Amino acid sequence: MGQRIDIKHLNIYYGSFLAVEDVNLEIQANKVTAFIGPSGCGKSTVLRTLDRMHELTPGAHCTGEVLLEGQNLYGKDVDPVAVRRDVGMVFQRPNPFPTMSIRQNVLAGVTLNNRRIAKSDADDLVEWALRGANLWNEVKDRLDVPGIGLSGGQQQRLCIARAVAVHPQVLLMDEPCSALDPISTLAVEDLINELKQDYTIVIVTHNMQQAARIADYTAFFNLQAVGKPGHLEYFADTTTMFNNPQNVEAERYVSGHFG
Amino acid sequence: MSSTLHEPVSGKKADGVFRGVAYACGILILVVLAAVAVFLLVQAWPLIGGNQADVSETIASFTGGRSTNFWSYVGPLFFGTVLVAALALVIAFFVSIGIALFISHYAPKKLATVLSGVVDLLAAIPSVIYGLWGGLVLVPSIYPFWNWVAETLGWIPLFSGPAANPPRTVATVALVLAIMILPIITSMARDIFQQTPKLLEEAALGLGATKWEMIKLAVLPFGRSGVISASMLGLGRALGETMAVLMILAPGMRYSIHLLQASQNQTIAANIAAQYPEANALGVSVLIGTGLVLFVITFLVNLAARRITSKASVKK
Amino acid sequence: MNSPSQQNTGTPVGRGSAAPARAADEAPVIDFDKFKPTRSHVAARKRKDLFMRVLIVLAFAIACIPLVSVLWTTLARGFRRLNWDFLSHNMTNVIGGNPTPSGGYGGILHAVIGTLEITLGAMVISIPVGVLCAVYLIEYAGKSRLADAIHLLVDVMSGIPSIVAGLFAFSMFALLAGPGTLNGFEGSVALSLLMLPTVVKTTEEMLKIVPNDLREASLALGVTKQRTITKVVLRTALPGIVSGAILAIARVIGETAPLLMTAGYIVSTNANLFSGQMTTLPVYVYQEYSKYRANCPADASDGCVTSIPMERAWSAALVLIIIVLILNVIGRVVARVLAPKKK
Repeated sequence: MGQRIDIKHLNIYYGSFLAVEDVNLEIQANKVTAFIGPSGCGKSTVLRTLDRMHELTPGAHCTGEVLLEGQNLYGKDVDPVAVRRDVGMVFQRPNPFPTMSIRQNVLAGVTLNNRRIAKSDADDLVEWALRGANLWNEVKDRLDVPGIGLSGGQQQRLCIARAVAVHPQVLLMDEPCSALDPISTLAVEDLINELKQDYTIVIVTHNMQQAARIADYTAFFNLQAVGKPGHLEYFADTTTMFNNPQNVEAERYVSGHFG
Repeated sequence: MSSTLHEPVSGKKADGVFRGVAYACGILILVVLAAVAVFLLVQAWPLIGGNQADVSETIASFTGGRSTNFWSYVGPLFFGTVLVAALALVIAFFVSIGIALFISHYAPKKLATVLSGVVDLLAAIPSVIYGLWGGLVLVPSIYPFWNWVAETLGWIPLFSGPAANPPRTVATVALVLAIMILPIITSMARDIFQQTPKLLEEAALGLGATKWEMIKLAVLPFGRSGVISASMLGLGRALGETMAVLMILAPGMRYSIHLLQASQNQTIAANIAAQYPEANALGVSVLIGTGLVLFVITFLVNLAARRITSKASVKK
Repeated sequence: MNSPSQQNTGTPVGRGSAAPARAADEAPVIDFDKFKPTRSHVAARKRKDLFMRVLIVLAFAIACIPLVSVLWTTLARGFRRLNWDFLSHNMTNVIGGNPTPSGGYGGILHAVIGTLEITLGAMVISIPVGVLCAVYLIEYAGKSRLADAIHLLVDVMSGIPSIVAGLFAFSMFALLAGPGTLNGFEGSVALSLLMLPTVVKTTEEMLKIVPNDLREASLALGVTKQRTITKVVLRTALPGIVSGAILAIARVIGETAPLLMTAGYIVSTNANLFSGQMTTLPVYVYQEYSKYRANCPADASDGCVTSIPMERAWSAALVLIIIVLILNVIGRVVARVLAPKKK
């Protein structure tokens, strides 16, 4: 089962520059929550604070709280490495490790956590993760070829398999379909729909139709002007967001007036 | 409307001339290398085609009578060259990787920029200065250390004592050469490590990898072929290095692995520079012969490096 | 952070079966407890991470000691004798450790002149040939067998040890100009052999990154290929080529061994590149190092310094480092200044 995330008074900085201001948001367990908004509004930045990838950028830091099932990810003795094990991430462009086979890619995270894994357990896990990512039937006969040899859509699903193999509670996706063709996009969207039974999913997307298709809740981020911090403008269930938003900016955005 | 298609184009002649000159320069490279081979072979010819008795006599005068045959003369030199260069590479390799990783992934950005500049400068420092430093600073001060090594690790043949004082030994030379090639390998390795795609690093970290695990998963596999060719370059530099060896090493002509003892080995390059001023015509031929052997070694090392990098690039 | 929820049998999505003997199209059931990191293993990973971090910082610190020492000793010992007298005199009239009539102890004027002329000679030979060779390889040769052969030979050349380059120049001049010929130009030939592959390679790299659109745009305007190359391609690649050439010069300017056997060594100033021996800075450093001590007779004046050769060696080394440093800085600045202006 997935876990819920509560974001409280989150301010995100790059150096002294305030990039995102005072975000308060409740992300429900086992639901798909989409982040939408114009470029530069900070939606990807917010996403990256949810597994503490944000702080990898030199000078980047944040204040406030991010609670994963009640535990603050930014608590004093919390190790970011442990956070990233519980909160998986799928990136904008597929990024399988080029020197590893498909099988090694899927097992990459698990082998970090364990000294030794029995071969049969590893086989089962690879099959489980690749089935979960709807990739098993396409690659089951060539698990030992390099992951980089797959098509873009297959690579992205391989990356999803790699993320779920660690068995995280939450899956973050940063525009996972932006580098994919329409058919691969559809495959990944179907997959997201299935994955929400086991995981809480947060997805950043540029594509409003995509948000409308797959998300249960949608958060709309906005910014007043270039150089000003982004903020959470409006949060609602997806139907309301796209049919009857109670927010002027959000309505203008979803009806295509800007962005 | 009259067509201009058949009118002569201005600059046509210059076009042809330029093409010809560029072509000639390309060919010139072939000619130059052929010339290198021809001139060296012509000068070395007396070694093969000349009076063998004279050749033996010359070689005997070089070695104090210990050797009269070219191959038995070049053998220990070959051994010494490879020994010194290999030792230098072994010392420099891991340290270089460490510094390169420090600059590319551990140091704060400002410090890393400064360090990069310093490393590039160090890579350009002439070898005669490393030789000067080795001869006047390192040799007088490192004896206690080698002595300690000889006393504690003396049971290993490599370190068997007594340590020479002053330590004008293979160990000291290898250390200086390692310091010399350190910036070269570091600078290339750093460039490669810095090019590691952010995407791969984030993929590793996103799976819950620690920093070192991220380096093992993403950075090192990405940079492997580059690091290997960098070390081959460093090895080539160490093989051909003349001055630092000439200025530090007390030479010998043995197949010896006693690194801490003096007068054990000599390298081909330093031997040429040392014997050259006093050599007669035939002596120069002998030295050129050894130079050709050195050329073949460095050629093979470079060829290996080329193979490794091209194989890696084909894979991608 | 361990997950509080105890859902360890994460069934694959959409398929709920947990039968031990599963059908071929059914996903396996995973007991995720097996893959849970143990507390000790997590600690071990952290320790390893810390250990490697310490090791890497340590590698850096240890390497700093000799490298800083090289720079520092050259600087500290070099400054002692570095003055105008040292820069403006050669080594004539220097007797033992005694001061010369000008009040100094000899100097490096002849070596600086020699270094500059010999390096200039090497530049004049290798830069045009190297650049044009690269132009031929990139713009004309395409993927011919000749291009492959040239590529291979450039690689071979870049591996020539400097002492072999010296032997080559020496044998060439011995055959063409008579045995035992030593002059500055012979040194230039040896150095140009070492520079040529660097120039070809860096120029090639720079020409490769000139976008093809530029060439096509120019050719489409009816400009001839030669003008396209000289006015568009080479102009665009110029900063990279210049800085590459300067870095190549910085590398060969410190070469000692090949000059030892081609240009020779004299104490007086010789400005004629094509006749007579010439001293260069690196050779000067080596020669002074080889002297070890100067002779001071018992009745010598107080000004007689026995350790003067070493002090001269350090000062000449410092001048050499400064020249190399300046060349490096110029190379970088040129690359920046000549770079096509971006908006």
